[in-house]
Amino acid sequence: MDYFPGNWGNPRTGGETYGPVSHKAMPANHATPTTRTQQPIVTGTSVLGIKYKDGVMLAADTLASYGSLARFRDVERLIKAGDSTVVGASGDISDFQHISHMLEKILIKEYNTEDGHKLYARHIHEYLSRVMYNRRSNFNPLWNSLIVAGVRDRDGGKFLGFVDLQGTTYEASTVATGYGSYIAQPLLRKAVEGREDTLTEEEAIKILDDCMRVLYYRDARSLNKIQRATVNASGVTITEPYELESEWAFAEGIRGYGATE
Amino acid sequence: MLSHATSCPVQAPVEHRFSPYTDNGGTTLAIAGDDFCVIAGDTRQSEGYNINTRYAPKVFQLSNGAVLATGGMYADAVTLMKRLEQRLEWYRHQHEKEMSCGALAQMLSTILYHKRFFPYYVWNTLGGLDEEGHGAVYSYDPVGNYEKHKWNCSGSAGHLIQPFLDNQIGFKHQLANATSLTIPQVLKITKDAFTSATERDIYTGDYLELFVVTKEGITKEKFELKKD
Repeated sequence: MDYFPGNWGNPRTGGETYGPVSHKAMPANHATPTTRTQQPIVTGTSVLGIKYKDGVMLAADTLASYGSLARFRDVERLIKAGDSTVVGASGDISDFQHISHMLEKILIKEYNTEDGHKLYARHIHEYLSRVMYNRRSNFNPLWNSLIVAGVRDRDGGKFLGFVDLQGTTYEASTVATGYGSYIAQPLLRKAVEGREDTLTEEEAIKILDDCMRVLYYRDARSLNKIQRATVNASGVTITEPYELESEWAFAEGIRGYGATE
Repeated sequence: MLSHATSCPVQAPVEHRFSPYTDNGGTTLAIAGDDFCVIAGDTRQSEGYNINTRYAPKVFQLSNGAVLATGGMYADAVTLMKRLEQRLEWYRHQHEKEMSCGALAQMLSTILYHKRFFPYYVWNTLGGLDEEGHGAVYSYDPVGNYEKHKWNCSGSAGHLIQPFLDNQIGFKHQLANATSLTIPQVLKITKDAFTSATERDIYTGDYLELFVVTKEGITKEKFELKKD
Protein backbone atom coordinates (compact mmCIF):
# COMPACT_ATOMS: atom_id res chain seq x y z
CA MET A 1 0.00 0.00 0.00
CA ASP A 2 1.33 3.38 -1.00
CA TYR A 3 -0.25 6.07 1.14
CA PHE A 4 1.03 9.01 -0.92
CA PRO A 5 -1.63 10.19 -3.37
CA GLY A 6 1.12 11.84 -5.43
CA ASN A 7 2.43 8.39 -6.33
CA TRP A 8 -0.96 6.99 -7.29
CA GLY A 9 -1.38 6.49 -10.97
CA ASN A 10 2.39 6.66 -11.62
CA PRO A 11 4.51 3.74 -12.74
CA ARG A 12 6.25 2.04 -9.83
CA THR A 13 9.89 2.98 -9.40
CA GLY A 14 12.57 0.35 -8.85
CA GLY A 15 10.98 -1.88 -11.43
CA GLU A 16 9.98 -4.60 -8.96
CA THR A 17 6.95 -5.47 -11.06
CA TYR A 18 7.46 -4.23 -14.58
CA GLY A 19 11.20 -3.74 -14.87
CA PRO A 20 12.90 -0.32 -15.02
CA VAL A 21 10.70 2.62 -15.95
CA SER A 22 11.56 4.34 -19.20
CA HIS A 23 11.94 8.00 -18.34
CA LYS A 24 11.54 8.93 -21.96
CA ALA A 25 7.87 8.17 -21.61
CA MET A 26 7.57 9.95 -18.27
CA PRO A 27 10.50 12.19 -17.15
CA ALA A 28 11.73 11.44 -13.63
CA ASN A 29 11.57 14.97 -12.23
CA HIS A 30 8.69 16.42 -14.18
CA ALA A 31 6.31 18.78 -12.41
CA THR A 32 3.79 17.26 -10.02
CA PRO A 33 1.05 15.67 -12.11
CA THR A 34 -2.34 17.35 -12.08
CA THR A 35 -4.49 15.44 -9.64
CA ARG A 36 -8.07 14.72 -10.53
CA THR A 37 -10.72 12.51 -9.03
CA GLN A 38 -10.31 9.48 -11.28
CA GLN A 39 -12.10 7.24 -8.84
CA PRO A 40 -13.83 7.76 -5.51
CA ILE A 41 -11.69 6.86 -2.44
CA VAL A 42 -13.65 7.35 0.78
CA THR A 43 -17.26 6.81 -0.19
CA GLY A 44 -20.76 7.12 1.17
CA THR A 45 -23.53 4.83 -0.08
CA SER A 46 -27.22 5.49 -0.88
CA VAL A 47 -29.27 8.57 -0.05
CA LEU A 48 -33.07 8.34 -0.22
CA GLY A 49 -35.59 11.15 -0.56
CA ILE A 50 -39.39 11.43 -0.69
CA LYS A 51 -42.07 14.09 -0.79
CA TYR A 52 -44.87 13.90 1.78
CA LYS A 53 -47.84 16.00 2.90
CA ASP A 54 -45.98 18.83 4.64
CA GLY A 55 -42.67 18.79 2.76
CA VAL A 56 -39.73 16.59 1.88
CA MET A 57 -37.63 14.07 3.79
CA LEU A 58 -34.19 12.55 3.18
CA ALA A 59 -32.38 9.63 4.77
CA ALA A 60 -28.77 8.44 4.67
CA ASP A 61 -26.52 6.32 6.84
CA THR A 62 -23.39 7.67 8.53
CA LEU A 63 -20.81 5.29 7.08
CA ALA A 64 -17.83 6.43 5.03
CA SER A 65 -16.19 3.38 3.45
CA TYR A 66 -12.59 3.02 2.23
CA GLY A 67 -13.12 0.42 -0.46
CA SER A 68 -14.66 -2.49 1.40
CA LEU A 69 -13.37 -1.26 4.76
CA ALA A 70 -15.98 0.42 6.99
CA ARG A 71 -13.50 3.25 7.71
CA PHE A 72 -15.47 6.09 9.38
CA ARG A 73 -18.74 5.26 11.11
CA ASP A 74 -19.98 8.70 12.10
CA VAL A 75 -19.79 10.87 8.99
CA GLU A 76 -22.81 13.10 8.41
CA ARG A 77 -23.83 13.08 4.75
CA LEU A 78 -26.92 15.27 5.07
CA ILE A 79 -26.18 18.98 5.36
CA LYS A 80 -28.31 22.06 5.77
CA ALA A 81 -27.85 24.67 3.02
CA GLY A 82 -29.58 27.94 3.89
CA ASP A 83 -32.89 28.18 5.74
CA SER A 84 -34.96 25.82 3.62
CA THR A 85 -32.73 23.30 1.87
CA VAL A 86 -30.90 20.09 2.67
CA VAL A 87 -28.32 18.41 0.47
CA GLY A 88 -27.54 14.70 0.77
CA ALA A 89 -24.51 13.14 -0.88
CA SER A 90 -23.28 9.73 -1.88
CA GLY A 91 -19.96 9.06 -3.54
CA ASP A 92 -16.62 10.60 -2.64
CA ILE A 93 -16.70 12.19 0.82
CA SER A 94 -13.84 14.63 0.25
CA ASP A 95 -15.52 15.93 -2.92
CA PHE A 96 -18.68 16.40 -0.86
CA GLN A 97 -16.78 18.36 1.78
CA HIS A 98 -15.51 20.58 -1.04
CA ILE A 99 -19.11 21.03 -2.24
CA SER A 100 -20.18 21.93 1.32
CA HIS A 101 -17.57 24.68 1.36
CA MET A 102 -18.74 26.03 -2.01
CA LEU A 103 -22.34 26.09 -0.81
CA GLU A 104 -21.33 27.86 2.41
CA LYS A 105 -19.49 30.44 0.31
CA ILE A 106 -22.39 31.30 -1.99
CA LEU A 107 -24.86 31.33 0.91
CA ILE A 108 -22.72 33.84 2.83
CA LYS A 109 -22.31 35.94 -0.32
CA GLU A 110 -26.07 35.97 -0.88
CA TYR A 111 -26.72 36.86 2.78
CA ASN A 112 -24.24 39.74 2.73
CA THR A 113 -25.82 41.20 -0.40
CA GLU A 114 -28.89 42.13 1.71
CA ASP A 115 -31.14 42.49 -1.33
CA GLY A 116 -34.10 40.58 0.10
CA HIS A 117 -33.35 37.51 -2.00
CA LYS A 118 -32.70 34.08 -0.56
CA LEU A 119 -31.37 30.88 -2.06
CA TYR A 120 -34.11 28.25 -2.08
CA ALA A 121 -33.85 24.57 -2.98
CA ARG A 122 -34.31 25.08 -6.71
CA HIS A 123 -31.51 27.67 -6.77
CA ILE A 124 -29.13 25.41 -4.83
CA HIS A 125 -30.02 22.59 -7.24
CA GLU A 126 -29.39 24.76 -10.30
CA TYR A 127 -26.07 25.96 -8.87
CA LEU A 128 -24.90 22.43 -8.08
CA SER A 129 -25.98 21.17 -11.51
CA ARG A 130 -23.88 23.82 -13.26
CA VAL A 131 -20.86 23.14 -11.03
CA MET A 132 -21.13 19.38 -11.61
CA TYR A 133 -21.62 19.78 -15.38
CA ASN A 134 -18.71 22.20 -15.62
CA ARG A 135 -16.40 19.87 -13.72
CA ARG A 136 -17.36 16.89 -15.93
CA SER A 137 -16.74 19.02 -19.04
CA ASN A 138 -13.19 19.65 -17.82
CA PHE A 139 -12.72 15.92 -17.19
CA ASN A 140 -12.29 16.71 -13.50
CA PRO A 141 -15.53 15.51 -11.95
CA LEU A 142 -16.77 15.81 -8.41
CA TRP A 143 -17.51 12.12 -7.83
CA ASN A 144 -20.92 12.40 -6.19
CA SER A 145 -24.61 11.85 -6.62
CA LEU A 146 -26.41 14.64 -4.79
CA ILE A 147 -29.99 14.96 -3.66
CA VAL A 148 -31.36 18.44 -3.04
CA ALA A 149 -34.55 18.76 -1.00
CA GLY A 150 -36.46 21.67 0.46
CA VAL A 151 -38.79 24.56 -0.24
CA ARG A 152 -38.88 25.15 -4.01
CA ASP A 153 -38.74 28.96 -4.02
CA ARG A 154 -40.12 32.02 -2.22
CA ASP A 155 -43.67 31.08 -3.29
CA GLY A 156 -43.31 27.84 -1.33
CA GLY A 157 -43.84 24.35 -2.74
CA LYS A 158 -41.86 21.17 -2.36
CA PHE A 159 -38.61 20.49 -4.18
CA LEU A 160 -36.86 17.15 -4.51
CA GLY A 161 -34.09 17.00 -7.11
CA PHE A 162 -31.03 15.04 -8.15
CA VAL A 163 -27.61 15.91 -9.64
CA ASP A 164 -24.72 13.59 -10.44
CA LEU A 165 -21.08 13.68 -11.56
CA GLN A 166 -22.08 13.94 -15.24
CA GLY A 167 -24.40 16.86 -14.61
CA THR A 168 -27.55 14.78 -15.10
CA THR A 169 -30.46 16.42 -13.32
CA TYR A 170 -34.05 15.53 -12.57
CA GLU A 171 -36.88 16.10 -10.13
CA ALA A 172 -39.25 13.43 -8.86
CA SER A 173 -41.46 12.62 -5.88
CA THR A 174 -39.05 9.83 -4.90
CA VAL A 175 -35.31 9.82 -5.49
CA ALA A 176 -32.52 7.44 -4.56
CA THR A 177 -28.80 7.21 -5.27
CA GLY A 178 -26.45 4.23 -5.61
CA TYR A 179 -27.78 0.83 -4.57
CA GLY A 180 -30.85 2.66 -3.31
CA SER A 181 -31.89 3.27 -6.91
CA TYR A 182 -32.08 -0.51 -7.47
CA ILE A 183 -33.29 -1.69 -4.06
CA ALA A 184 -35.22 1.18 -2.46
CA GLN A 185 -36.60 3.13 -5.43
CA PRO A 186 -39.24 0.51 -6.39
CA LEU A 187 -40.40 0.36 -2.75
CA LEU A 188 -40.48 4.15 -2.48
CA ARG A 189 -42.45 4.54 -5.74
CA LYS A 190 -45.01 1.98 -4.55
CA ALA A 191 -45.42 3.78 -1.24
CA VAL A 192 -45.32 7.41 -2.41
CA GLU A 193 -46.43 7.93 -6.05
CA GLY A 194 -49.89 9.51 -6.06
CA ARG A 195 -49.78 10.09 -2.28
CA GLU A 196 -47.31 13.00 -2.17
CA ASP A 197 -49.95 15.33 -0.67
CA THR A 198 -51.56 12.87 1.77
CA LEU A 199 -48.71 10.96 3.42
CA THR A 200 -48.28 12.04 7.04
CA GLU A 201 -44.92 12.70 8.64
CA GLU A 202 -45.19 9.44 10.65
CA GLU A 203 -45.90 7.45 7.47
CA ALA A 204 -43.00 9.13 5.68
CA ILE A 205 -40.64 8.30 8.53
CA LYS A 206 -41.74 4.65 8.47
CA ILE A 207 -41.29 4.38 4.68
CA LEU A 208 -37.74 5.74 4.86
CA ASP A 209 -36.75 3.70 7.93
CA ASP A 210 -38.07 0.52 6.29
CA CYS A 211 -36.19 1.22 3.05
CA MET A 212 -32.97 2.03 4.92
CA ARG A 213 -33.36 -1.26 6.79
CA VAL A 214 -33.74 -3.21 3.53
CA LEU A 215 -30.62 -1.47 2.24
CA TYR A 216 -28.77 -2.37 5.42
CA TYR A 217 -29.67 -6.02 4.86
CA ARG A 218 -28.49 -6.10 1.24
CA ASP A 219 -25.95 -3.30 0.68
CA ALA A 220 -22.61 -4.44 2.10
CA ARG A 221 -21.35 -0.81 2.20
CA SER A 222 -24.15 0.39 4.46
CA LEU A 223 -24.70 0.84 8.18
CA ASN A 224 -27.74 0.68 10.45
CA LYS A 225 -26.84 4.05 11.94
CA ILE A 226 -28.80 6.62 9.97
CA GLN A 227 -29.96 10.23 9.94
CA ARG A 228 -33.12 11.78 8.57
CA ALA A 229 -33.56 15.33 7.34
CA THR A 230 -36.98 16.96 7.13
CA VAL A 231 -37.91 20.26 5.48
CA ASN A 232 -41.41 21.59 6.18
CA ALA A 233 -43.16 24.76 7.35
CA SER A 234 -41.17 24.71 10.59
CA GLY A 235 -37.87 24.74 8.70
CA VAL A 236 -35.02 22.26 8.43
CA THR A 237 -34.56 19.46 10.98
CA ILE A 238 -31.76 16.92 10.78
CA THR A 239 -32.01 14.15 13.37
CA GLU A 240 -29.07 13.00 15.43
CA PRO A 241 -27.76 9.64 14.15
CA TYR A 242 -29.94 6.82 15.42
CA GLU A 243 -29.86 3.06 15.12
CA LEU A 244 -32.27 0.92 13.09
CA GLU A 245 -33.49 -2.32 14.63
CA SER A 246 -32.52 -5.33 12.53
CA GLU A 247 -33.05 -9.07 12.86
CA TRP A 248 -30.36 -11.51 11.73
CA ALA A 249 -31.52 -14.71 13.46
CA PHE A 250 -32.93 -16.01 10.16
CA ALA A 251 -29.39 -16.12 8.77
CA GLU A 252 -28.68 -19.16 10.95
CA GLY A 253 -30.97 -21.17 8.68
CA ILE A 254 -29.42 -20.01 5.39
CA ARG A 255 -26.70 -22.04 3.74
CA GLY A 256 -23.59 -19.93 3.36
CA TYR A 257 -24.35 -17.89 6.50
CA GLY A 258 -24.87 -20.34 9.37
CA ALA A 259 -26.57 -23.52 8.25
CA THR A 260 -24.25 -26.44 7.71
CA GLU A 261 -26.51 -28.38 5.33
CA MET B 1 -3.40 4.99 -19.75
CA LEU B 2 -1.07 4.20 -16.87
CA SER B 3 -2.13 1.45 -14.55
CA HIS B 4 -3.04 2.87 -11.16
CA ALA B 5 -4.96 -0.09 -9.86
CA THR B 6 -1.75 -1.89 -8.91
CA SER B 7 -0.50 0.73 -6.47
CA CYS B 8 -3.88 1.60 -5.01
CA PRO B 9 -5.75 -0.72 -2.67
CA VAL B 10 -9.18 0.65 -3.32
CA GLN B 11 -11.00 -0.64 -6.36
CA ALA B 12 -13.84 1.57 -7.44
CA PRO B 13 -16.93 -0.49 -6.74
CA VAL B 14 -18.65 0.16 -10.04
CA GLU B 15 -16.89 2.58 -12.34
CA HIS B 16 -13.23 2.39 -13.28
CA ARG B 17 -12.75 5.23 -15.69
CA PHE B 18 -14.75 8.42 -15.85
CA SER B 19 -17.05 8.81 -18.82
CA PRO B 20 -18.45 12.30 -19.41
CA TYR B 21 -21.35 10.88 -21.41
CA THR B 22 -24.56 9.09 -20.54
CA ASP B 23 -27.66 8.22 -22.56
CA ASN B 24 -30.96 9.23 -21.01
CA GLY B 25 -33.10 7.75 -23.78
CA GLY B 26 -36.41 9.17 -24.96
CA THR B 27 -38.10 9.70 -28.31
CA THR B 28 -39.03 12.88 -30.15
CA LEU B 29 -40.99 13.59 -33.27
CA ALA B 30 -41.89 16.55 -35.47
CA ILE B 31 -44.33 16.82 -38.36
CA ALA B 32 -44.77 19.81 -40.66
CA GLY B 33 -48.23 20.61 -42.00
CA ASP B 34 -49.25 23.17 -44.61
CA ASP B 35 -49.63 25.96 -42.05
CA PHE B 36 -48.71 24.28 -38.76
CA CYS B 37 -46.11 22.13 -37.10
CA VAL B 38 -46.47 19.47 -34.43
CA ILE B 39 -43.51 18.69 -32.17
CA ALA B 40 -43.77 15.97 -29.55
CA GLY B 41 -41.63 13.99 -27.15
CA ASP B 42 -42.09 11.61 -24.24
CA THR B 43 -41.07 12.76 -20.76
CA ARG B 44 -39.37 9.68 -19.32
CA GLN B 45 -35.74 10.08 -18.27
CA SER B 46 -33.79 6.81 -18.04
CA GLU B 47 -30.27 5.70 -17.23
CA GLY B 48 -29.49 2.04 -17.95
CA TYR B 49 -32.38 -0.01 -16.63
CA ASN B 50 -33.41 2.75 -14.19
CA ILE B 51 -36.16 5.28 -14.69
CA ASN B 52 -34.82 8.48 -13.14
CA THR B 53 -38.10 10.35 -13.35
CA ARG B 54 -41.41 10.13 -15.18
CA TYR B 55 -41.51 13.81 -15.99
CA ALA B 56 -38.39 15.54 -17.34
CA PRO B 57 -39.55 17.55 -20.38
CA LYS B 58 -37.10 17.43 -23.28
CA VAL B 59 -39.19 19.41 -25.77
CA PHE B 60 -38.60 23.11 -25.26
CA GLN B 61 -40.58 26.09 -26.49
CA LEU B 62 -38.09 28.72 -27.63
CA SER B 63 -38.62 32.46 -27.27
CA ASN B 64 -38.63 33.03 -31.05
CA GLY B 65 -41.68 30.82 -31.56
CA ALA B 66 -39.86 27.66 -32.60
CA VAL B 67 -39.85 24.42 -30.62
CA LEU B 68 -36.77 22.28 -30.01
CA ALA B 69 -37.04 18.58 -29.25
CA THR B 70 -33.93 16.96 -27.77
CA GLY B 71 -32.86 13.38 -27.08
CA GLY B 72 -29.72 11.64 -25.89
CA MET B 73 -27.82 13.10 -22.93
CA TYR B 74 -30.15 15.28 -20.87
CA ALA B 75 -27.39 17.37 -19.20
CA ASP B 76 -25.96 18.29 -22.63
CA ALA B 77 -29.47 19.09 -23.92
CA VAL B 78 -30.14 21.46 -21.00
CA THR B 79 -26.80 23.19 -21.57
CA LEU B 80 -27.46 23.50 -25.31
CA MET B 81 -30.90 24.99 -24.56
CA LYS B 82 -29.40 27.63 -22.27
CA ARG B 83 -26.92 28.62 -25.00
CA LEU B 84 -29.66 28.82 -27.65
CA GLU B 85 -31.88 30.98 -25.43
CA GLN B 86 -28.93 33.26 -24.70
CA ARG B 87 -28.19 33.66 -28.43
CA LEU B 88 -31.88 34.34 -29.19
CA GLU B 89 -31.86 37.10 -26.58
CA TRP B 90 -28.68 38.68 -28.00
CA TYR B 91 -30.25 38.55 -31.48
CA ARG B 92 -33.34 40.40 -30.18
CA HIS B 93 -31.21 43.14 -28.62
CA GLN B 94 -29.07 43.53 -31.75
CA HIS B 95 -31.74 43.36 -34.44
CA GLU B 96 -34.99 44.33 -32.64
CA LYS B 97 -36.79 41.32 -34.08
CA GLU B 98 -37.07 37.60 -33.46
CA MET B 99 -34.68 35.20 -35.15
CA SER B 100 -36.35 33.33 -38.02
CA CYS B 101 -36.74 29.58 -37.89
CA GLY B 102 -34.31 29.06 -40.79
CA ALA B 103 -31.66 31.27 -39.18
CA LEU B 104 -32.03 29.41 -35.91
CA ALA B 105 -31.68 26.11 -37.77
CA GLN B 106 -28.35 27.20 -39.29
CA MET B 107 -27.14 28.64 -35.95
CA LEU B 108 -27.89 25.39 -34.14
CA SER B 109 -25.84 23.49 -36.70
CA THR B 110 -22.93 25.89 -36.21
CA ILE B 111 -23.11 25.66 -32.41
CA LEU B 112 -23.09 21.87 -32.59
CA TYR B 113 -20.19 21.79 -35.06
CA HIS B 114 -18.11 24.13 -32.87
CA LYS B 115 -18.07 21.28 -30.38
CA ARG B 116 -17.13 18.74 -33.07
CA PHE B 117 -14.34 17.20 -30.96
CA PHE B 118 -16.26 17.10 -27.66
CA PRO B 119 -19.81 16.98 -28.98
CA TYR B 120 -23.09 17.65 -27.27
CA TYR B 121 -24.48 14.11 -27.21
CA VAL B 122 -27.90 15.28 -28.36
CA TRP B 123 -30.16 14.46 -31.29
CA ASN B 124 -32.12 17.61 -32.04
CA THR B 125 -35.30 18.12 -33.97
CA LEU B 126 -36.36 21.72 -34.55
CA GLY B 127 -39.93 22.54 -35.52
CA GLY B 128 -41.63 25.80 -36.41
CA LEU B 129 -42.96 27.86 -39.27
CA ASP B 130 -40.82 29.17 -42.13
CA GLU B 131 -41.01 32.72 -43.50
CA GLU B 132 -43.96 31.79 -45.75
CA GLY B 133 -45.86 30.37 -42.78
CA HIS B 134 -45.50 26.73 -43.81
CA GLY B 135 -44.56 24.07 -41.29
CA ALA B 136 -40.81 23.37 -41.13
CA VAL B 137 -38.90 20.52 -39.51
CA TYR B 138 -35.10 20.30 -39.20
CA SER B 139 -33.30 17.30 -37.77
CA TYR B 140 -29.68 17.11 -36.56
CA ASP B 141 -27.03 14.65 -35.52
CA PRO B 142 -24.78 15.46 -32.51
CA VAL B 143 -22.10 17.19 -34.64
CA GLY B 144 -24.41 19.46 -36.61
CA ASN B 145 -25.35 17.66 -39.82
CA TYR B 146 -28.83 18.87 -40.55
CA GLU B 147 -31.56 18.50 -43.09
CA LYS B 148 -35.01 19.99 -43.64
CA HIS B 149 -37.88 17.50 -43.69
CA LYS B 150 -41.65 17.27 -43.69
CA TRP B 151 -41.57 14.77 -40.82
CA ASN B 152 -38.94 13.23 -38.59
CA CYS B 153 -38.69 10.96 -35.57
CA SER B 154 -35.48 10.39 -33.62
CA GLY B 155 -34.31 8.97 -30.32
CA SER B 156 -34.60 5.56 -28.74
CA ALA B 157 -37.80 4.59 -30.58
CA GLY B 158 -36.96 6.55 -33.75
CA HIS B 159 -36.42 3.36 -35.72
CA LEU B 160 -39.85 2.12 -34.67
CA ILE B 161 -41.82 5.27 -35.52
CA GLN B 162 -40.05 6.71 -38.60
CA PRO B 163 -41.26 4.05 -41.09
CA PHE B 164 -44.76 4.45 -39.69
CA LEU B 165 -44.61 8.19 -40.37
CA ASP B 166 -43.22 7.57 -43.88
CA ASN B 167 -46.38 5.63 -44.56
CA GLN B 168 -48.99 7.66 -42.64
CA ILE B 169 -47.63 11.20 -43.13
CA GLY B 170 -45.68 10.83 -46.38
CA PHE B 171 -48.14 8.31 -47.86
CA LYS B 172 -45.23 6.14 -49.02
CA HIS B 173 -46.50 2.99 -50.78
CA GLN B 174 -50.00 4.52 -50.87
CA LEU B 175 -49.45 7.66 -52.95
CA ALA B 176 -52.98 7.39 -54.36
CA ASN B 177 -54.30 8.40 -50.93
CA ALA B 178 -52.00 11.42 -50.52
CA THR B 179 -53.74 14.47 -49.05
CA SER B 180 -52.61 17.30 -46.81
CA LEU B 181 -53.30 16.48 -43.18
CA THR B 182 -55.10 18.57 -40.56
CA ILE B 183 -53.90 19.24 -37.00
CA PRO B 184 -56.32 16.73 -35.37
CA GLN B 185 -55.24 14.03 -37.84
CA VAL B 186 -51.55 14.65 -37.12
CA LEU B 187 -52.12 14.66 -33.34
CA LYS B 188 -53.99 11.36 -33.60
CA ILE B 189 -51.18 9.73 -35.60
CA THR B 190 -48.59 11.09 -33.17
CA LYS B 191 -50.38 9.73 -30.10
CA ASP B 192 -50.88 6.32 -31.74
CA ALA B 193 -47.21 6.21 -32.75
CA PHE B 194 -46.07 6.90 -29.19
CA THR B 195 -48.52 4.49 -27.52
CA SER B 196 -47.22 1.72 -29.80
CA ALA B 197 -43.55 2.67 -29.32
CA THR B 198 -44.10 2.60 -25.54
CA GLU B 199 -45.06 -1.07 -25.81
CA ARG B 200 -41.72 -2.06 -27.36
CA ASP B 201 -39.15 0.53 -26.23
CA ILE B 202 -38.30 0.58 -22.51
CA TYR B 203 -36.87 4.10 -22.78
CA THR B 204 -40.14 5.61 -24.01
CA GLY B 205 -43.19 6.12 -21.80
CA ASP B 206 -44.88 7.90 -18.87
CA TYR B 207 -46.19 11.05 -20.63
CA LEU B 208 -46.22 12.54 -24.11
CA GLU B 209 -45.91 16.27 -24.48
CA LEU B 210 -47.21 17.75 -27.74
CA PHE B 211 -46.65 21.28 -29.05
CA VAL B 212 -48.66 22.70 -31.96
CA VAL B 213 -47.18 25.73 -33.70
CA THR B 214 -49.51 27.88 -35.83
CA LYS B 215 -49.37 31.54 -36.83
CA GLU B 216 -51.76 32.22 -33.91
CA GLY B 217 -49.18 30.88 -31.44
CA ILE B 218 -48.14 27.72 -29.66
CA THR B 219 -50.36 25.32 -27.70
CA LYS B 220 -49.16 22.54 -25.43
CA GLU B 221 -50.90 19.28 -24.60
CA LYS B 222 -50.00 16.44 -22.21
CA PHE B 223 -51.01 12.88 -23.02
CA GLU B 224 -50.69 9.81 -20.77
CA LEU B 225 -48.49 6.92 -21.83
CA LYS B 226 -48.00 3.64 -20.00
CA LYS B 227 -45.80 3.86 -16.91
CA ASP B 228 -44.44 0.28 -16.81
